[in-house]
Amino acid sequence: MIRKKEAKKIVFQSEKEMPMMPMSLGSMLYNKTGAWRNIRPVVDLENCIQCGICWKFCPDMSIFIENEFPYVNYDYCKGCGICAEECPVKCIAMVEEEK
Amino acid sequence: MKKPRTMKLSLPDEELVGSGNLACQGCGATLAMRYVLKALGQRTVLCIPACCWSVIDGPFPHSCLDVPVYHCAFETAASTASGVKAGLEMVGDTETTVVAWAGDGGTFDIGIQALSGAAERNDDIIYVCYDNEAYMNTGIQRSSATPFGAWTTTTPVKHFKNRPKKDIDAIMAAHRIPYIATASIAYAEDVYKKAKKAKDIQGTRFLHIYAPCPTGWKSRPEDSIRLARMVVQNSIFPLYEIENGEKYTLSIKVKDKKPIHDYLKLQGRFRHLTEDQIKFMQEEVDKNWARLLRKVESSD
Repeated sequence: MIRKKEAKKIVFQSEKEMPMMPMSLGSMLYNKTGAWRNIRPVVDLENCIQCGICWKFCPDMSIFIENEFPYVNYDYCKGCGICAEECPVKCIAMVEEEK
Repeated sequence: MKKPRTMKLSLPDEELVGSGNLACQGCGATLAMRYVLKALGQRTVLCIPACCWSVIDGPFPHSCLDVPVYHCAFETAASTASGVKAGLEMVGDTETTVVAWAGDGGTFDIGIQALSGAAERNDDIIYVCYDNEAYMNTGIQRSSATPFGAWTTTTPVKHFKNRPKKDIDAIMAAHRIPYIATASIAYAEDVYKKAKKAKDIQGTRFLHIYAPCPTGWKSRPEDSIRLARMVVQNSIFPLYEIENGEKYTLSIKVKDKKPIHDYLKLQGRFRHLTEDQIKFMQEEVDKNWARLLRKVESSD
């Protein structure tokens, strides 16, 4: 279970290294989906009412709760904008990504 | 950071679906899986036929799920789950929940024969159908879950689909299975509650979860949750439970039914519809809603 949480891509050098049966050996965390994003959510923690709705509706599991406040994991956020749309006090802004 | 308020989350914070999955932006199917797995817990086996989730899960040695996944052929989701359940019982494991997780194509069209067989045998499995109303994984082809009037690549604008959506819940109710429920991802607590309830029931249980697909519906990704909420409030997709094939219970009682016009305008697949066609669709929706209300009243 510990190994599953590593963000490492598994590459087999030959078929001899492959397991006998097709089984999952690692998580998809190596795939940094943050690169798909055009707009990024920015949480204004001053106005946050800590309702947890952004966390509840995030399809990429990229909003995490720390010290009772939501934070965005920009490694995996795909920038869909559901959190900004569903926030009841509109304290999440979608900001254009800079190159 | 003033306001000291303890944060109360409406769902448990254990995540069994990981980040880095291959879902599109604003995917409803990922959310459906997330809520259902939160309810079912780690002791779950998933049987996934060809559907969006067989892609979202990731390529071979990797998987974004923390539960075992069995990728099976398109038409065999229910029969594979029956087999896995029988195998687990042979080795004395009766606690593990076996879930067949299929899209609407694998449930309404291709997998219905296996599903009907499993339901008739009353095998101890949970069958979850996440409904995105077309074959989205292979490129938006028409399925029998596609609603009237929708554009898909096989029902282009000139020849849009002219038949209504198949009523899979009524088909499953006719099998007299112990538990059937419809759910929508906008009502996360409701999905959680229904999956939790299904876990404690013996026999075939069927969950029908409405999961918007921004790619196939040509809607904005941020509207996914709003569409899933609107579809319940204008009663195109009412939320209800059926126990033993006859006891209908409404989960969300819609007080003032909204017109379907706003829901259709948010999606590119309905853009070609004229006012007359929308009026016809509204009449059909009202008829289905009245039929459901009659069933609910007669089972009280």
